[in-house]
Amino acid sequence: MTPPAVKPPAADHLSSVDALIEGLSSVGYIASRRIATALYMAVNLQKPILVEGSAGVGKTELALSTANLLGLPLIRMQCYEGLDESKALYEWKYGKQLLYTQILKDRMGSALADAPDMDAAMVRLHGMGDLFFSEPFLEPRPLMQALRQDDGCVLLIDEVDKSDEAFEAFLLEVLSAYQVSVPELGVIVAKTPPLVFLTSNNVRDLGDALKRRCLHLHIPLPEAALEERIVATRVPGVEAKLTKDLVAFVQSLRTLDLRKPPSISETVDWARALVLLHADSLSPDLVRDTLNVILKFEQDIVAVEPQVVELLHRR
Amino acid sequence: MQHTLEQFFRALRAADVRISPAEAIDASRAVMVTGYGDRPLFKDALCATLAKSAEEVTRFDAVFETFFARDAINLNPPPEGSPQGEPSQEDLDATAGSPLAQAVLTGDATAVQQSMEEAAARAGVADIRLTTQRSRLTRRLLEEMGLEEIERIIANARRMPDGQGEGLANRLDAARRNLFTEAQAYVARQHDLYAAGSAQELREERLVRKALNADGGVDPVDYQLMAALVKKMAKRLAAKYSRRRRAARKGHLDVRKTLRKSMAHEGIPFEIAWKVKKIDKPSIVAICDVSKSVAAAAQFLLTFLYSLNEVVDRMDAFAFSGRLISVNDILDDNGVEGAILKVLQQIGFQQTDYGRSLQDFADNHLDRLDRRTTVIFLGDGRSNFADPRLDIMRQIHDRARAVIWLNPEPESYWAQGDSVMHRYARFCHVAKQCGTLEQLERIIDDVLRSYVPH
Repeated sequence: MTPPAVKPPAADHLSSVDALIEGLSSVGYIASRRIATALYMAVNLQKPILVEGSAGVGKTELALSTANLLGLPLIRMQCYEGLDESKALYEWKYGKQLLYTQILKDRMGSALADAPDMDAAMVRLHGMGDLFFSEPFLEPRPLMQALRQDDGCVLLIDEVDKSDEAFEAFLLEVLSAYQVSVPELGVIVAKTPPLVFLTSNNVRDLGDALKRRCLHLHIPLPEAALEERIVATRVPGVEAKLTKDLVAFVQSLRTLDLRKPPSISETVDWARALVLLHADSLSPDLVRDTLNVILKFEQDIVAVEPQVVELLHRR
Repeated sequence: MQHTLEQFFRALRAADVRISPAEAIDASRAVMVTGYGDRPLFKDALCATLAKSAEEVTRFDAVFETFFARDAINLNPPPEGSPQGEPSQEDLDATAGSPLAQAVLTGDATAVQQSMEEAAARAGVADIRLTTQRSRLTRRLLEEMGLEEIERIIANARRMPDGQGEGLANRLDAARRNLFTEAQAYVARQHDLYAAGSAQELREERLVRKALNADGGVDPVDYQLMAALVKKMAKRLAAKYSRRRRAARKGHLDVRKTLRKSMAHEGIPFEIAWKVKKIDKPSIVAICDVSKSVAAAAQFLLTFLYSLNEVVDRMDAFAFSGRLISVNDILDDNGVEGAILKVLQQIGFQQTDYGRSLQDFADNHLDRLDRRTTVIFLGDGRSNFADPRLDIMRQIHDRARAVIWLNPEPESYWAQGDSVMHRYARFCHVAKQCGTLEQLERIIDDVLRSYVPH
């Protein structure tokens, strides 16, 4: 969780996959080799990276940690149904435009007063025409903000599967060329392409066109050894023995037929809860009392409760 | 190396991992960054650029391991009696004409392997399509490697006086047999890579065109495959249309409303009003025949009913043979197989009675039909000479927005025997033959497109 006091320059972390793994672990993200390789390729090929996996395996966290590691600002866009251009890219400040038109209305009369005839007034008006569709009236939204960061940034497009199909198509231009077209202003191209993360929970299948433009990374539920390391990093002060026990318990839960098997974030939460309760070993009663931290559905809890003792003894 | 990558892409495509030229270019660029030295890194880099879903990652892993498996060729140790290690000078002289023989004798596995790869490229082993090509390709591979040379040397050695060449001949003979096994294994591996999928494709292609109600139904051997195919199609349709329904409902500026609202602000349009689209809520009523005469097709029709149920928000599903029941709950509460089994258990395979079933529908469910409803019948229109109740059919036709009848029998049968299809057809907006899976998919696709407004 705690980043080291002096951060080495970003370029060092990107020199090789191993350096990247090390760098990520220094900011508290324990990455498997596959994750690090995908990230390494994304940086080197300047391609967006599409991260899939069940809820709570650390998809969003990967983007946050990367931004932290590279010392870049993170711009986050949460997707939802009905998200459209005006909320993702830019919007004109309509209110301000209207207000200014009203204020300038009187000035307009005096500015045009000395025009000899109608045509001359029109010509003069044309000169002022684009006034209201210029930068000061532009309200940049996350995508445009990301393209305008001259030193680069990490752009996180979270849960892209929740957005509409039309929005997905709209993303294509941004993702492949790192540019957007604003009809009134022209094409805006990023000076430094942002490092783009898209995350997906598989609410729906994404289109092939979008998938093709991205590197694909599927984060599975981790193996016991990796998960122990993650818990140890994320929850300082948890004892090694307890870590081992609770990870083994969670791993055995995942073999059951549950509606929502616990993922990494649940394991970490549980470890935190146990530390708060000053527990140093897992007793059946303690597990039963804290089961609601790792299981989020009543049916799951009901199904697991009678098996707690057996699960604890299984390993 | 580029050539090897291309071959690898081909193998992946054969394994149903879709790779477009753009992705191939990406992969090549990725490899330029990583180099070929570090195998895990090389693999992960290719995986990140090529595989685009969790299933594809699994398939990628399998293909990668097979494709880049280059187990060292197992060269026989020299047979007992001859000294280990360096072959004698005479042997080398005798085999001077054949680099392959020399490589075999000196135990140079790398050279043999390399020559096999080159020979494979010349023999076009990677173009293998069918299992039956295997032995021929093995033979060609060995020929290209220069097996004839070795055979000639063996023959020469055996002809030498006093059995001088016997040792050499025996050793080469053993090596030759060994090479043969290796070549066979190599060709088999290539077959797995490039052709294993194509045989499956051939079978699937044939099944898609097979008549659903053919005599004797679907071959039990093919049954599993066919059920899988139906599911695949259903999923494809579901993906296509559930996406469409999500299309954003964005409005245009409603000038009239905006002006009216601006009255309060001295005509300055501070509040902008947008036109809101009214959403037409379409619904589908699907009525499926599961009687004896359509026994073979019933399973597939039901599978489709099931998939429709997932695609369309408001759908009422009914099944009938002698009587008609609503199967909504069954479809909602069970998985595909379970649901179909239950429906068939409840009312499947009895004598059809169209009149009776229509009567059931009219009595209990006619209120489900309104001008937004599309009615889909799946059945053969054979009513065992019972009263077809055309009056109810007319009623359905008048109330519903559209009536579509999909019949597994060809049109020429529609008026023959106990078929009343030609009479029902008058009250249908669309009446079509739908005898194969391919037709079924196409028609349902049409139906969804034209009768489910988005």
